[in-house]
Amino acid sequence: MAVTARTTVMNNVEAVRHTLHQALTNDPNTLILGEDVGARGNVFLITKGFLEEFGAARVIDTPLAEACIVGVAVGMAMEGLRPIAEIQFADFIYPAFNQIVGEAAKTRYRSNGDYTCPLVIRTPYGGGVRGALSHSVSIEALFYHVPGLKIAAPSFPADIKGLLTAAIEDPDPVLFLEHKKTYRSVKGEVPDGRYVVPLGKADVKREGEQLSVVSYGLYVHQALDAAARLAEEGISAEVIDLRSIRPMDRTTILQSVRKTHKLLIIHEDHKFGGIGAEIAAMVAEEALFELDAPIRRLCGPDVPAMGYAQTLENAFMISTERMADAMREMVRF
Amino acid sequence: MLLQRQLDNRGFQLNRQGKIPFALGSEGHEAAQTGAATALIRGKDILVPYYRDLGLCLGFGFPPSGVFNSMFARAQDGSGGRQFPNHYSDKAIGLFSVSSIIAAHCTHAVGAAFAFVYRGQTGRAVLCSTGEGATSEGEWHEAVNFAAVRKLPIVFFVENNQYAISTPQAAQMAIADVADKAPGYGIPGIACDGFDPITVYAAMKEALDRARCGGGPSIVEAKVYRFLSHSTDDDDRTYRSPQEVRDRRKCDPVPRFERVLLQAGIINDEELDALKADVLRETNEATDASESLPMPEAGELYGNVYEGAHEPWR
Repeated sequence: MAVTARTTVMNNVEAVRHTLHQALTNDPNTLILGEDVGARGNVFLITKGFLEEFGAARVIDTPLAEACIVGVAVGMAMEGLRPIAEIQFADFIYPAFNQIVGEAAKTRYRSNGDYTCPLVIRTPYGGGVRGALSHSVSIEALFYHVPGLKIAAPSFPADIKGLLTAAIEDPDPVLFLEHKKTYRSVKGEVPDGRYVVPLGKADVKREGEQLSVVSYGLYVHQALDAAARLAEEGISAEVIDLRSIRPMDRTTILQSVRKTHKLLIIHEDHKFGGIGAEIAAMVAEEALFELDAPIRRLCGPDVPAMGYAQTLENAFMISTERMADAMREMVRF
Repeated sequence: MLLQRQLDNRGFQLNRQGKIPFALGSEGHEAAQTGAATALIRGKDILVPYYRDLGLCLGFGFPPSGVFNSMFARAQDGSGGRQFPNHYSDKAIGLFSVSSIIAAHCTHAVGAAFAFVYRGQTGRAVLCSTGEGATSEGEWHEAVNFAAVRKLPIVFFVENNQYAISTPQAAQMAIADVADKAPGYGIPGIACDGFDPITVYAAMKEALDRARCGGGPSIVEAKVYRFLSHSTDDDDRTYRSPQEVRDRRKCDPVPRFERVLLQAGIINDEELDALKADVLRETNEATDASESLPMPEAGELYGNVYEGAHEPWR
């Protein structure tokens, strides 16, 4: 990880925009394709001005067809280009499931390494933004089952730059998840120059002694708030930001659990079959006798989606208070 | 055409002998595929075929050894023995890795055609082939539409053999010619006699040349017939009459084209017999050579998941 001296404060939208701009500037083989990425400059204005700067061949407004966006990008990648495809909202990715799971993730394997698929699929995900049933979903568990695919879900501006750069340069397909609620609410220092965070490396965002909290996305920020609050009560919680979901950094998780002997996993996606299930199973297999308390998961409820009504959205999302309560209970166990 | 038929037959023979668990035939597609392949420019064009395209691949430079390495699932196979027979991959000649998933490859072909335009490469085209059943898929539509919007150098070659496994064309679409879908995309479409290689060659040549010169995509439909079951695991007697197949066999494109060449004096009986003997010998040699090759090592299960050494989740 090369950290340059100069930094600029950005929010997450600006970090994505800055990284895409650097990629298109540095590598003439990179291009962006998706719905409304050109003239509109993406619905969150991430690529605003790119069409004018880089031209219609590199900033492509596609027909409204998600399987086509990813499938065409797969073909471009197989033919040597470096496409960065955008799915406008993660909720719209299902028509592209076949291309991502059946094609992109299997291209290298299916051709015994003859063809590769260096492709990034960026998509905004997550709730808490009054996005109702179809602009709030978390999709990571539907895809993390798939070998051949990599998944990143950073939520700090510097991590976004480092991991998006790594994703764009990666020789294999990467699904890059951007939590919508952190787009403008999270700010931070971002290195100006080339900055890469390797895929598959978690980050201990706060060190602690009594409890390991593993999370990613929006909830990392809330978990950090909760941990700061608990520190005033004399409770020391370690907060790990997974940043990458596949490959998953088992080493950092296990090191932390061996230190604190307690594990709380927090994510917005559903509990059943979620990322936390795999982490819990892995820790149980590798470090069961290090644990001083049962593993606990604080996750999205077992319902199809969060509702549009504020009450229903609130009932789906996990508040910082609930996180603090769970952390307190586990430390006291 | 003779080689394609011979290799097809050998696949079914090897299956009946218990040497390979599965084979796919392309009998009835020989004229269409030979005609189309002849219109391709090797070393320039890209071929994105489906799994019944043995003749297209042979005509594009894919060798019989590759066909048998695929049938026997040998280590040298383009997929390293991972894929079904007839699912080739050969980047060196511009032959895209074949997907079993119907129409999933069509957008890949469009992406490759886009790359030609992106690099400013004229004089190159992509041939994307499917059966008629694939044109029911949303992804086929999405691919044709994108190619039409961007005027990409690609030809969608539809080998209409009238059956998608058991489902006849009439249950796939409410029109007689797939080519009639073309006007809906604002591109040319033509249906032609897929039992005549010269007719198919002419149609494909025109469409490919138009694509190579910036004239955009086309749909070329070749009317063929699938003489065999869908695969060795299928029994076509459950959904079509043997009489129907016998009737269509009367127009079998292979002997039909033999007669054309004999009558035109391009070839005589002795030369034809010699050609058939050569094809049989080549097939026998390729069969034996491939059969003697090693299977992939079991450890290759973990190979080529990602670039570099894969650390599998334990």
